[in-house]
Amino acid sequence: MMISLLRTIGLTFLHMFKKRETIQYPEEKASLHPRWRGRIVLTRDPDMGERCVGCYLCAAACPVDCISLQATEDENGRRYPEFFRINFSRCIFCGYCEEACPTYAIQLIPDFEMAEYNRQDMVYEKEDLLINSQGKYPGYNYYKIAGLDAGVKGKGTGENEDPPIDIHSLLP
Amino acid sequence: MATIYIDHKAYEVTPGKNVLETCLTLGFDLPYFCWHPAMGSVGACRQCAIKLFKDEDDTKGRLVMSCMETVKDNMYLSVEDPAARAFRAQVIEWLMTNHPHDCAVCDEGGSCHLQDMTVMTGHNYRRFQFPKRSYKNQYLGPFINHEMNRCIQCYRCVRFYKDYAGGKDLDVFAAHNHVYFGRAEDGILESEFSGNLAEVCPTGVFTDKSLKAHYTRKWDMTMAPSICQHCSLGCNVIAGERYGELRQITNRYNGAVNGYFICDRGRFGYEFVNNINRIQQPLVRAQIPDAADKDSLYRQLAKILTKDTTIGIASPRASLEANFALRQLVGKENFYQGVSEAEAQLMRNILLTLNSGHVHSPSLKETETADAVFILGEDLTNSAPMLALAVRQAIRKAPFEKAAEISIPTWHDAALRELAQEEKGALFIAYPTKTKLDELADKPLHLSPDEIARLGYTVAAQLNTNVPAPEGLSKHSLKLAKQIAGILKKAKNPLIICGTSLFNEAIISAATNIALALSGKEKKANLSFVIPECNSMGLAMMDAPSLAHAMEVLENGDVDTVVVLENDLYRRGGKGEIDLLFNHCRNLVVLDHLHNETSNKASILIPVATFAEADGTIVNNEGRAQRFFQVFSPKNENFRESWRWLDEFRQFQNGICPEELKAPENLLAEMAHLMPQFKGADTVAPDADFRISGQKIPREPHRYSGRTAMLANINVSEPKPPEDHDSALSFTMEGYKGMPPAPLIPFFWAPGWNSGQSVNKYQAEVGGSLRGGDPGNRLFPEISVAELSYRNHIPSPFIPSPGEWLMLPLSHIFGSEELSIYSPGINERCPKPYIAINRKDAKDLNTAENDIVQLQIQDQLYFLPVRIMEELPQGLAGIPYQIPGLTGISWPAKGTLTKGNT
Repeated sequence: MMISLLRTIGLTFLHMFKKRETIQYPEEKASLHPRWRGRIVLTRDPDMGERCVGCYLCAAACPVDCISLQATEDENGRRYPEFFRINFSRCIFCGYCEEACPTYAIQLIPDFEMAEYNRQDMVYEKEDLLINSQGKYPGYNYYKIAGLDAGVKGKGTGENEDPPIDIHSLLP
Repeated sequence: MATIYIDHKAYEVTPGKNVLETCLTLGFDLPYFCWHPAMGSVGACRQCAIKLFKDEDDTKGRLVMSCMETVKDNMYLSVEDPAARAFRAQVIEWLMTNHPHDCAVCDEGGSCHLQDMTVMTGHNYRRFQFPKRSYKNQYLGPFINHEMNRCIQCYRCVRFYKDYAGGKDLDVFAAHNHVYFGRAEDGILESEFSGNLAEVCPTGVFTDKSLKAHYTRKWDMTMAPSICQHCSLGCNVIAGERYGELRQITNRYNGAVNGYFICDRGRFGYEFVNNINRIQQPLVRAQIPDAADKDSLYRQLAKILTKDTTIGIASPRASLEANFALRQLVGKENFYQGVSEAEAQLMRNILLTLNSGHVHSPSLKETETADAVFILGEDLTNSAPMLALAVRQAIRKAPFEKAAEISIPTWHDAALRELAQEEKGALFIAYPTKTKLDELADKPLHLSPDEIARLGYTVAAQLNTNVPAPEGLSKHSLKLAKQIAGILKKAKNPLIICGTSLFNEAIISAATNIALALSGKEKKANLSFVIPECNSMGLAMMDAPSLAHAMEVLENGDVDTVVVLENDLYRRGGKGEIDLLFNHCRNLVVLDHLHNETSNKASILIPVATFAEADGTIVNNEGRAQRFFQVFSPKNENFRESWRWLDEFRQFQNGICPEELKAPENLLAEMAHLMPQFKGADTVAPDADFRISGQKIPREPHRYSGRTAMLANINVSEPKPPEDHDSALSFTMEGYKGMPPAPLIPFFWAPGWNSGQSVNKYQAEVGGSLRGGDPGNRLFPEISVAELSYRNHIPSPFIPSPGEWLMLPLSHIFGSEELSIYSPGINERCPKPYIAINRKDAKDLNTAENDIVQLQIQDQLYFLPVRIMEELPQGLAGIPYQIPGLTGISWPAKGTLTKGNT
């Protein structure tokens, strides 16, 4: 009994000479991994166009239903969100939205400094979410791979696509 | 019944059907593409393969296409056989080799049959690494979007558009793996049923363009069972809302009414609900400012409604509940139909026939089984489009009858068409101009309205010698009448169609005579009436005097206040007489949802809910009472149901402060009690307190998204969801997840079946009625209850009178209906005003095509370009009925034409 007490005291004493785990936040920042699931952003494609095509999959995947958006189209038929709203006071940072996103638009980034005094300020609109970066997945442009022409590439000029068929031709 | 064995389990099934539909009826998830329950099988897509065994001991079996196999007794089948499964997975993989990576931006996504079938077969990884095929798209008009890359070549679009709906301008082009589905060149799809392509196409080649403008996925919509408000047929539809806006109309299967399809006016005519022209606020025009809150409105109204003599003018486009609430407010003797005397008289004539029980008024489904059809004075494609589609099926399918003799099953589409060749059922159309159905007719007869009636009387006289016959008929018409009578008499299931479109009572009487003459002791003849609006039948059944009588009492000066319910009276009579009517009343209270000429004259204007924001019951042309349910709770609290407003006003008389009192079913019960002709209208759908396992039926699918964010910009604390006290449906996604009763199905969905094709899970038998019976109650007696004698007001022959023209109201599917015209797409398709005359008449007038002539009708002057119609009888001048710019005419009308100089 006595020995175990002394051993504990001794071990604690030895810890004073070990490297410290506690950091002096906020002066010192925690180092987070790139795939850490924090604040949600909307990214842009390599041509700096909005990546989000307003497919609603993130909203459907969200278990707390905190994403709401409305898709619209520009004059070329390119889809983008008219508004995109995330209620971070409901968000549980599960990352399902990122997993569901077919265009790498929505991404969770290693940032958790989102505290607010007023809960209403936790509601982020598109202008709060959209960043000027490709985020974690550089190089991907959905409209170059999709079949339709939305002003990014013409019909049949995308990656791995044959030129449009001449329907008047009977050649095989 | 036959016994078949599927995966060693015995099932009792109906013989003669195909194995695919039988499997679906039994609840198997068997993938398919080219088969469609309304269009039959062609065995083109190879997707529904299953194993068929010789007998019980056969273990090897062979692969067959289940849609091409007839169900016979003692069949041994396997759906789960590994070879069959592998085959189906492989077929999907081939189909998907060229399918683009589009789902994220494809409007079909989330209600896509191809997505469902791909998941069902387990094909989840693309192995094909080679380039994909691509196509150029076409512009197909304001209704349909074209994205040809997505095509999987199932041929359903052309089979529907050409074979089923009789369209001419959509076809398949090119060869081998280059086949292309589209038009010969860019342009508007001509068919009135083109919107169905969006539902028929298993993927996103053809999609709804009006939905694209405010795109929402199916899972994100709040939906409710609704009834189309744009003609008298009462097709069942599903209306979907998101963010307080009506977003989409899709077909709601009803085996007895519209089946799998609806027309373009019904599908795209919904946008009036979102129009900026909606009345937003109660207005009391005597005060400044005129916008009123509920308190000051009630103060004003209580003053008027308790002291003064008030009459109510009802509406054929308002629900039974609303019309009845008005009747109760003003009293039976002060209640008037909001239609012209001519229209009221036509409806009385029709009701006399239907109430007697001597004829059968067929449903659309029954129409499809007719083998000889005689249409008098209706251009069905424009006045009742889905009836035209049903008649087309009747004519097309009539020769299929002999298929049974050479054992071709009824679902074998290609074989049946091969058998029928150019043969078709008998169809006679008598209408002053060409109609789209003319191409199917044995003899299109272009006659003046009175001549149509005379022909009808003659046909009836040929069938039964007791029927009065017109005198002074030409030999030619007599021969013709004999021919028609002969064919109708021989037919097993003859159908007569007439209607109110030409405002000619003699036509209705003549058609009734034919039907009566055809009716035997055992079998009643089918007689279909086309009537003007969605609840014209319900209003007529209330048996109130017409607008003309209201004018009389107003002129006598006994009335101070007029309450007009959802009715633009300038569409009911001449501009002059309606102006006069309004001048005679001191207070004009108007309840409506859109600003119009009548609401402009109102001294008190009250905004009301449209069909999407209200519950209600309407009666269609067949006499079927059907309930539509509120889709969403509008943001604007002033958008209240007409019947709720009126029911509250009723309490002013008792000096009680208004409080919300009645659910629609109480009103209906009261109505059925006071007016026994409406017995049955009160039991159309389950009551508001109906629950399954204590739960309501949710209007939202279980994947509905954004609940905690959609209103967070206004307030981060979510409001309590709106409650529905009027029906058994809830405005949320919570509630009973199983099969709702047929009248309460808000959307079609089943596990693994996200597209509308999931309807097969809701049917008792695929292509048959919904489980628990198709919704709607027929209100007319099926047995003869009253004597009905032959009509005898035969018109004299039509002789053109020089200088005076008989005006012909030409219905247009896009334009003639009041509300659908607010949809931008429908407005685009609406014709420009014109006047149609015969070439000889035009020559006499010294005008040519497109010359402007001056038309005077009553006190109105119009300047219209001439359109020459060769077939139009002389002395008739046709103008588009009720299109914008041509309202304010009292029909039937005569006009004078002079060559205009402007």
